[in-house]
Amino acid sequence: MQQAPGILQVLQGKFGSKILSSDMSVLDPTITVEGDSIAEICSFLKSNEALAFDTLMCLSAVDYKGLKGETDRIELVYHLFSMKHRHQIVLKVLLPREEPSIPSVEQIWDIANWHEREAYDMFGVTFNGHTDLRRILCPDDWVGYPLRKDYVQPETYRGMPVAPGKQFVEMAQDGLQVGTDPFREG
Amino acid sequence: MDAIFVWLSGNIAAYARLPESLQRLIPMVLACLICLTAALLFVLMATWGERKIAAHMQDRLGPMRVGGWHGWAQPLADGVKLLLKEDIIPAEADRFLFRMAPVLVFVGGFAAFAVIPFTSSFIAADLNIGILYAVAITALGVVGIIMAGWSSNNKYALYGGMRAAAQIVSYEIPSVLAILTVIIHVGSLSMQEIVLAQQGGVWNWFLFRNPFTFLAFFVYFLASLAEVNRTPFDIPEAESELVAGYHTEYSGMRFAFFYLAEYANMLLVSCIATTLFLGGWSGFLSQPLLPGAFLFLIKAMFLVFVQMWLRWTLPRLRVDQLLHMCWKVLLPIAFVLVMGSGILALK
Amino acid sequence: MQVEAYVGEEMVLNMGPQHPSTHGVLRLELETDGEIVKKVIPHIGYLHRCFEKHAENVDYPGVVPYTDRMDYVASMNNSFGYALAVEKLMKIEVNERVKTLRVIMAELNRIASHLLAVATYGMDIGTFTPFLHCFIEREKVLDLFEWTCGARLLYNYNWVGGVSHDIPDGFVEKAKQFLREFEPVLKELNELLSYNKIFINRTAAVGILAVDVALSYNVTGPNLRGSGVKWDLRKDEPYSGYEKYDFDVAVGDGRFGPLGSCWDRYFVRVWEMAESLKILHQALDHLPEGDVQEKIPKKVRPQKGECYGRSEAPRGELGYYIVSDGTGNPYRIKVKSPCFTVLSALPAMAKGALIADIIAILGSIDIVLGEIDR
Repeated sequence: MQQAPGILQVLQGKFGSKILSSDMSVLDPTITVEGDSIAEICSFLKSNEALAFDTLMCLSAVDYKGLKGETDRIELVYHLFSMKHRHQIVLKVLLPREEPSIPSVEQIWDIANWHEREAYDMFGVTFNGHTDLRRILCPDDWVGYPLRKDYVQPETYRGMPVAPGKQFVEMAQDGLQVGTDPFREG
Repeated sequence: MDAIFVWLSGNIAAYARLPESLQRLIPMVLACLICLTAALLFVLMATWGERKIAAHMQDRLGPMRVGGWHGWAQPLADGVKLLLKEDIIPAEADRFLFRMAPVLVFVGGFAAFAVIPFTSSFIAADLNIGILYAVAITALGVVGIIMAGWSSNNKYALYGGMRAAAQIVSYEIPSVLAILTVIIHVGSLSMQEIVLAQQGGVWNWFLFRNPFTFLAFFVYFLASLAEVNRTPFDIPEAESELVAGYHTEYSGMRFAFFYLAEYANMLLVSCIATTLFLGGWSGFLSQPLLPGAFLFLIKAMFLVFVQMWLRWTLPRLRVDQLLHMCWKVLLPIAFVLVMGSGILALK
Repeated sequence: MQVEAYVGEEMVLNMGPQHPSTHGVLRLELETDGEIVKKVIPHIGYLHRCFEKHAENVDYPGVVPYTDRMDYVASMNNSFGYALAVEKLMKIEVNERVKTLRVIMAELNRIASHLLAVATYGMDIGTFTPFLHCFIEREKVLDLFEWTCGARLLYNYNWVGGVSHDIPDGFVEKAKQFLREFEPVLKELNELLSYNKIFINRTAAVGILAVDVALSYNVTGPNLRGSGVKWDLRKDEPYSGYEKYDFDVAVGDGRFGPLGSCWDRYFVRVWEMAESLKILHQALDHLPEGDVQEKIPKKVRPQKGECYGRSEAPRGELGYYIVSDGTGNPYRIKVKSPCFTVLSALPAMAKGALIADIIAILGSIDIVLGEIDR
């Protein structure tokens, strides 16, 4: 089992400038890497005998917007775990909020297929080399990326109002009992 | 049927003045009506019985309220409900076949009751090819099932229909071979003859008479479970896989026909097994103490109970395992039994 | 994925969102050739309720009811994982009574959840009777929960820093009585279902999941242990006092067929129920005194930072990735749901299966759509 600084050293030795920064003092030690080389770094992490990161625990996307003192960006966070050696590491990639794209790691861990589809669905991150990049949770023809901070819910979807709540709020404010006849006019 | 004719011409003076054809027709119709009514009454009772048996095996109570004592009127309530339901035919369904399918299944199930000997004197039609007629007429049900599956225009129904066809047609063979083991000893296909050959107490029943017919009883029982689509052979209507199999699209009275036909089939194969292997209306002792009809019904109902018992205990076989069991297990056994039975009969 | 023009007699069968056996609103698109399934494509998203977006608009304690509703069959474990993750972020150490109570509730809920999984699996295979026997026992567990916190299914029990209700007087005796009554039921379940020849024929040669495929798909929990991997977060990365309890890890052993079959996964669940009984006996015997709400902060406001907390839910490893920006509302919560990963492995498990086998495989991986879609 390797500690995080050891893993960082191996990575820096192999990839040099592609390792942008790291933070060993937080709860889950994190290594920030260059977006375009994520696929080769992950491939190395999986195939290297001493590291052997055979499981991708979680692939999350986080949208940072409007925080004081931080640049606006979309972060992709890869939580990796090695069942063989029982150690874990967190990789981070910083992407611009406009048209973010990054190579896919689907060939390395099969679960990345669905995780990346979800990141695409919720944040609009394009994964190059993904075999089947389409929405997974929202309907296929949904417009917008829901988990972004500046997401505005569409008014209608295929002609149906998306947020009927407002009608009920207005009906309630008019003194009507909500829930008796939702399809009543006026 | 003949008994009714004799009774009518003996007791009603005006009877002899009716035209000859009518004199023959009225007993036939009456016999069939009695048979049909008895079978339908039993079927209604069987639905109630199934629910109570299932409930008690599952540590609960079952119907308790409808009609008072343990919900005995539940089948009546169900019948009324089904009659009042809207008759839905899918838009793209083949309307004629959709309507004919329940009829065929129902007829295939109930028509065979005409040759079941309930007592020594009552049998609706004492054909000398009785058992052959029964086997042939039940095959009509398969056609009905395939029609139901195809005409529903529903992939699940189609799967159910295809599976049913494969299953029923395959299991006909061991079933008929098992019947053959008995016929070899009797020498006649007539149902009354078969029962008469088992007179004289319980050890004369074909179940106990020789080891080949003993095993043939179990082969017939298993094959008949598959014929009536009961668990563990209920693939065609596997609820958890195919929603409801071939009767997915049926509702209301049409569905009731399928439902009633299933219970009628259960009773039918129990009656046939009773007639062939358990002595029919003959008694346990050489001089029977109880009336023949009573004995017959006890034996048939016991077999129906065993069928229900199996349904609520065992899982379902997969379709390839089911066909494997038919062609590679039951069929060779049935062949051996026929040969053995034949050799014994030569002596 | 567009289905191309097919050669031969292939048919596309839709096991649609409404189906007796899909354990929720799941749509399976099957490309079948007769009874053999050539391709299976799961479509999810019918139960998507945007939990992660809601979590950004409520405060940390307000997220707990939302977590209950993800895997609604095992709510105690969901909120347990969330409370653990937030406490890890805020560096709160709860007292021993809270730890033990959480373990008791989590294990009781594990039993209830596995009972449901096992019973509905039996129903999928065709037996209806074990379903009712198992549900009688599940009702007893739900009665215990209702007695404690008022709810039968969605409890809002594990709060950040403590639990919502202390157990009432007499709870320990009632719980022990349930444990006594439950042991013979497990034995009966084995006789009725687990060792039934037909059940074994249906499940022991089907749905083989190899270990490397499982790891590549991040399959965890009983599904991974069914393939022979002895990995249980309660033993290997203990939390909340699990290191004190003496119990075994249930692992599949390929008894009736290849290792990693549906039967192995099913039996791991039955065995895990027996192990949960052991843990419950020990926890109920050694329940320390204390105030269950003493460590709950007045305002849950973690420092800026992030953490990933994982716990062993009945369906696998449930992971919460929480990003905090220093305010009272979470900035981002991402849930790694165990059923999400195992369902993505379904096409790999279903190679060469018949339609009946797809049902058997789907039942054996024990999914709850609420957790997959969140």
